[in-house]
Amino acid sequence: MVSRFRKIIQAGWGILTNGYAAGFLPGGPTLYSGPLKHFCVPGMNCYSCPGALGACPIGAVQAILDGRHRGFPFYVLGYLAMAGLLAGRFICGWLCLFGLIQELLYRIPTPKIRVPDRADRILRYLKYVVLAVLVIGIPLVYRTELGLGVPAFCKYLCPVGTLEGGIPMAILQDSLRATLGALFRWKVFLLILCVLASVFIHRPFCKYICPLGALYSLFQKVSLVRMNVDTGVCIDCGACGEACPMNVVPCREPNSPECIRCGECTEVCPVKALSFRPAGKRKNCKEEMSG
Amino acid sequence: MKKEVPARVTVILLAIAAGCCVFGWMNGEAHAVFVKAASICLECIGLG
Repeated sequence: MVSRFRKIIQAGWGILTNGYAAGFLPGGPTLYSGPLKHFCVPGMNCYSCPGALGACPIGAVQAILDGRHRGFPFYVLGYLAMAGLLAGRFICGWLCLFGLIQELLYRIPTPKIRVPDRADRILRYLKYVVLAVLVIGIPLVYRTELGLGVPAFCKYLCPVGTLEGGIPMAILQDSLRATLGALFRWKVFLLILCVLASVFIHRPFCKYICPLGALYSLFQKVSLVRMNVDTGVCIDCGACGEACPMNVVPCREPNSPECIRCGECTEVCPVKALSFRPAGKRKNCKEEMSG
Repeated sequence: MKKEVPARVTVILLAIAAGCCVFGWMNGEAHAVFVKAASICLECIGLG
């Protein structure tokens, strides 16, 4: 029930934030350039997608850092901090189109791969390295001969830009198609790798690469949306851990930085010990009885 | 169960984040975001 409802929200949000239909017309106006582009969407969504109505937050951070604006990105980081503090990685689970695409790919009936725990734990730190080096470090430090920075994450790694921006633009615009080169081939290779990995591993991009997920995970323990384990009710059966697609054990670490708040665990818990609730509203039958 | 971060800490952090957002907006950052987002970013889509 939660899963189906979540898919509807994810798809609806994806359509809503990429609803500029005129952008998809061949030879028509290329990108939406109205006032909504002043605002970032909370999830990964390339602003060069023909239908995009908002700005990509990770692209926006790099745009501010890369030397053209020459300043600390107060606006974008303030916005991302607000989003993280309000919802944490709930955004990853419910408001990210690329997350939905990966989940749909994972539904293709094939044998699935469970990354060994040790490798999984190490690989999860990769997204923080991507955030620190490609999103912040290189755009901030490196300058071309023209004195401009390089949006390293968008340029060399981001498969979302290739899927939502690069490929549609190359299809729709003859002039752009003529410029396709080694960089585009590299990015298409990465996209194919990401698509194939998503068939066998649940949300591999979100788990190991996504810098936006890394940023939101920093706010997970202080965000308003939190998960509650009623320790007076929990029988520690492990059902929540087995159901968790992000390999978290919610009854032991309900506010893990890796939890995307998909709600699968709340569905399978036989005693309904897990629930979402706002910060400061902790429910614990054991404490209530002893108090 | 580990002790949780109190809700008032979240509210204080939210107020600081909102302040940063407003400061950045007044400093013209939203316009810089708009300029970047309203035109095709060739680098972002692998054509640059």
